Amino acid sequence: MFRNQYDTDVTTWSPAGRLFQVEYAMEAVKQGSAAIGLRSKTHVVLGCVNKANSELSSHQKKIFKVDDHIGVAIAGLTADGRVLSRYMRNECINYNFTYESPLPVGRLVVQLADKAQVCTQRSWKRPYGVGLLVAGLDESGAHLYYNCPSGNYFEYQAFAIGSRSQAAKTYLERRFENFADSSRDDLVKDALMAIRETLQGETLKSSICTVAVVGVGEPFHILDQETVQQMINAFEIVGEQEGPAAEPDAAAGQEAAAEQGGSTDEGVAPMDI
Amino acid sequence: MALKLPQNSLLGSQSDSQRTLYPYVTGTSVVALKYKDRILMAADMGGQQLALGSIDLKPFSYVHMRYKSVERMKPIGKHSLLGASGEISDFQEILRYLNELILYDNMWDDGNSLGPKEVHNYLTRVMYNRRNKFNPLWNSLVLGGVKNGNKYLGTVSMIGVNFKDNHVATGFGNHLAQPILRQEWHENLSFEDGVKLLEKCMRVLLYCDRSAVNKLQIAKITEEGVTIHQPYSLKTYWEFSTFENPAQGAIGSW
Repeated sequence: MFRNQYDTDVTTWSPAGRLFQVEYAMEAVKQGSAAIGLRSKTHVVLGCVNKANSELSSHQKKIFKVDDHIGVAIAGLTADGRVLSRYMRNECINYNFTYESPLPVGRLVVQLADKAQVCTQRSWKRPYGVGLLVAGLDESGAHLYYNCPSGNYFEYQAFAIGSRSQAAKTYLERRFENFADSSRDDLVKDALMAIRETLQGETLKSSICTVAVVGVGEPFHILDQETVQQMINAFEIVGEQEGPAAEPDAAAGQEAAAEQGGSTDEGVAPMDI
Repeated sequence: MALKLPQNSLLGSQSDSQRTLYPYVTGTSVVALKYKDRILMAADMGGQQLALGSIDLKPFSYVHMRYKSVERMKPIGKHSLLGASGEISDFQEILRYLNELILYDNMWDDGNSLGPKEVHNYLTRVMYNRRNKFNPLWNSLVLGGVKNGNKYLGTVSMIGVNFKDNHVATGFGNHLAQPILRQEWHENLSFEDGVKLLEKCMRVLLYCDRSAVNKLQIAKITEEGVTIHQPYSLKTYWEFSTFENPAQGAIGSW
C-alpha cells in the first residue's frame, strides 16, 4: 500500500471507494504478534505468541478474560486492545447484574463492532488498531469471532491474526473440518501446532506463548506455564504430526510457538509464508 | 391529586405530586405454583377504585367502584407470564417497559431470547430502583415461565424484595393461600390437581378477602407457550348454619 492523497483522515473516501485509514489500521493488526483461535462444539481455545522485548522485561498481556464464559486474544496495538477489553468486561458485568445471566457472545461482538464502526466515521477519531479474537460460550454452543478495526466481525471455526499468521492459517485450513468433534485436549494440541507454525524456526516454549481455554463446564482461564510446557513436551515426544500425545495434559496449551527446530518434527513440512 | 401538606413535610413540595403516594385502582392476590415441568397461575379479574374526593390521609377507608374485567396476568415474550397485584396503572407501566425490553431482544434476531430468570431479575432492578427514588411502582409481581425445559417461578415486591419458590402468592394470598400450598403442594402435581389446588386457594381468598371478585382466570405456562383460560366463577356455599344466625352461640352482649 502506498501513500496517496486520500489517506490523511478516516472520513475521506478514495475515488475507488476505499477508506485508507481503516485499511492502514488493519495493517497495524498484521504487524502485531500472532494470535490464533479454534473451536469445537463445546470448547474454544485461544493462543498467542508472547515475545518480550528484551530478556529484562516481561512480555505483553494479549489474552484477557472478559467473563467466565468469554475471553479475547488481541493482535496489534495492545493499548487499544486493553481499552476494548475493559469495555467488554463492563458490558458483561452490567448485563449480568441486570439479568443474572451471561451476556450472549454474539451480542457482545455486535456491540464491539458497532463501537469500532463509530471510529471509522468521525473526523476527530481514529480506528482502533487492534484485531480481536473473541472466544465464548452461549446457549447455542461454542463460538469464535474475529472483530477487525473496520467494524466488521466474522464467525470462524478457526482463525489466526498477526504476523506470520498465514502459516498458522494454512495449518488450520488443513485440519479445521475435524475440529467440531475434537476433544478438548486435541483442540489445544492443534492450537499449539498452529502457534508453532508462526514461529518458523524458533523453539516452541511455554515462556513465549500463552494459551487459554473456555468450554462447557469450564470457565475461561489461561493455562499456566507449567501445564503448557508439559503439553509441548508430550506432543513433541510423540511427534508433531499426530495430535494425541501419549499423556495429554489438561493444560492443553495452544503454544503456537512454531518450533521448527524440533528435531522430532518429521511430519510437518516447514511452511512458507 | 393535590394534597395539602405542611411546608416542612418530608414528602417534598407539591410539585412532587407526581409520585405515587398510595395506590388508587388495585388488584388483589395472585397465586402461582409449579407442577411437573410447568407453571400455573391464578388471579381474579377484580380491580377496585378508591373513592375520589376526600383529602384526609386515610385513603384506604372506602371503595368507590369495582372493575370486574381487569386482566392481571399477561404473557411476556415467548417464555414467561407476569401476574400483578396492586396499582393497575403501574402494572400497565411495567408492561410497557417489558414490551420494549422484549422488542429490543427480538430485534437482535440472533437466536438468543430473554427467559423468565432474566425478566425476573430485570423487574427486580426496576422495582428496587424506583423504591430508591421514593416513587415506587405499587405492585407485587409474580413471574413464571419455562425455558429449555427449566421451569421458573419468582416474585418481586414493590420495594424490590425478590425470591424464587415452588409456590408464591401476593398480598392476602400470602396469608390465606400459602398455608394451604405449604400443606398440599408436592413435586408431581398433575394439571387437574394443580388447578384444584389453586381453586381451593382462590375460594378461601374469595370468602375472606373483601377485595376479591368471583371471576377468576387460570394461566398455564409450558415449554410451548402461555395459555390464559377464559374467566369463570367458583361455586360458593353460604348455607353454613353459623352464617344464618351468627350471634347464636355468642356469650355476652356482643
